[in-house]
Amino acid sequence: MRARVHVFLKPGVLDVQGKAVESALHGLGWGGVSDVRVGKTLEFDLAGVEPSAAEAEVRRMCETLLANTVIEGYRIELS
Amino acid sequence: MKAAVIVFPGSNCDRDCKVAVERSTGAAVDMVWHTETALPQGLDLIVLPGGFSYGDYLRCGAMAALSPVMAEVRKAADRGVAVVGICNGFQVLCESGLLPGALLRNAALKYVCKPVELGIVRPDTRFTRAFGSRRKAVMTVGNGEGAFFADADTLSRIEGEGQVVFRYADNPNGSLNDIAGLINGAGNVLGLMPHPDRSFEPELGSADGAILFQSLLETA
Repeated sequence: MRARVHVFLKPGVLDVQGKAVESALHGLGWGGVSDVRVGKTLEFDLAGVEPSAAEAEVRRMCETLLANTVIEGYRIELS
Repeated sequence: MKAAVIVFPGSNCDRDCKVAVERSTGAAVDMVWHTETALPQGLDLIVLPGGFSYGDYLRCGAMAALSPVMAEVRKAADRGVAVVGICNGFQVLCESGLLPGALLRNAALKYVCKPVELGIVRPDTRFTRAFGSRRKAVMTVGNGEGAFFADADTLSRIEGEGQVVFRYADNPNGSLNDIAGLINGAGNVLGLMPHPDRSFEPELGSADGAILFQSLLETA
């Protein structure tokens, strides 16, 4: 099983990287761009876990290490 | 006084911390590698040093917070041993939940490295009592992700409980409420972005960092 975890700063947490990218896009002429958020994606194979238990397992990984829930949210995709 | 400096792979202020604590207090300072599952007996102080633990990969301090030795640091903190986390050490304390909040990328996206003036908000803690009647100190900051953040409820609790120990006079990184240093509710765990370990002798531009370490002598 392949897991893909998207981690991003929560709404309301200032994303200064996103702001910098946004202003660069504006400078290149894409004036319609707003609210840019920069996140990260982690992908990994997952063995030894029942498909029905996989999401809960990956969520535990997120809560333990992959995301800091003080500032970050996450979204899990399994395939 | 007996102290230990925890060394993570990528720590780079560990030796500075050892020398700063030794010269400021005369304490015996052990260096403890991150894989250790026991701390030296009879510690009065544990220092989490600055640097880039685990290369700052994933998030600053995230993997260090889960390293084996941190379970022992947590137990020692629960027993009341003084713990100070400096810069990356502050990030580790927040990631481990020993202090509230988190540290974000600096507002101006720039690494800031300079002496800063700090207001001593809490001169009555075991880390600040040797400052006496002084309400200002100067220490050096060096950080790229030093902007303190907490959600509104947490921030008002931090302020309400008087957990802010140091505030920037001129905020260099976008920290909420100008927070430069924070203490836990029990008063024995301090995290700060400025480096007392780079400001402990006049030749370094300020000796105020020594006063922070000397404060601990009064309780040791």
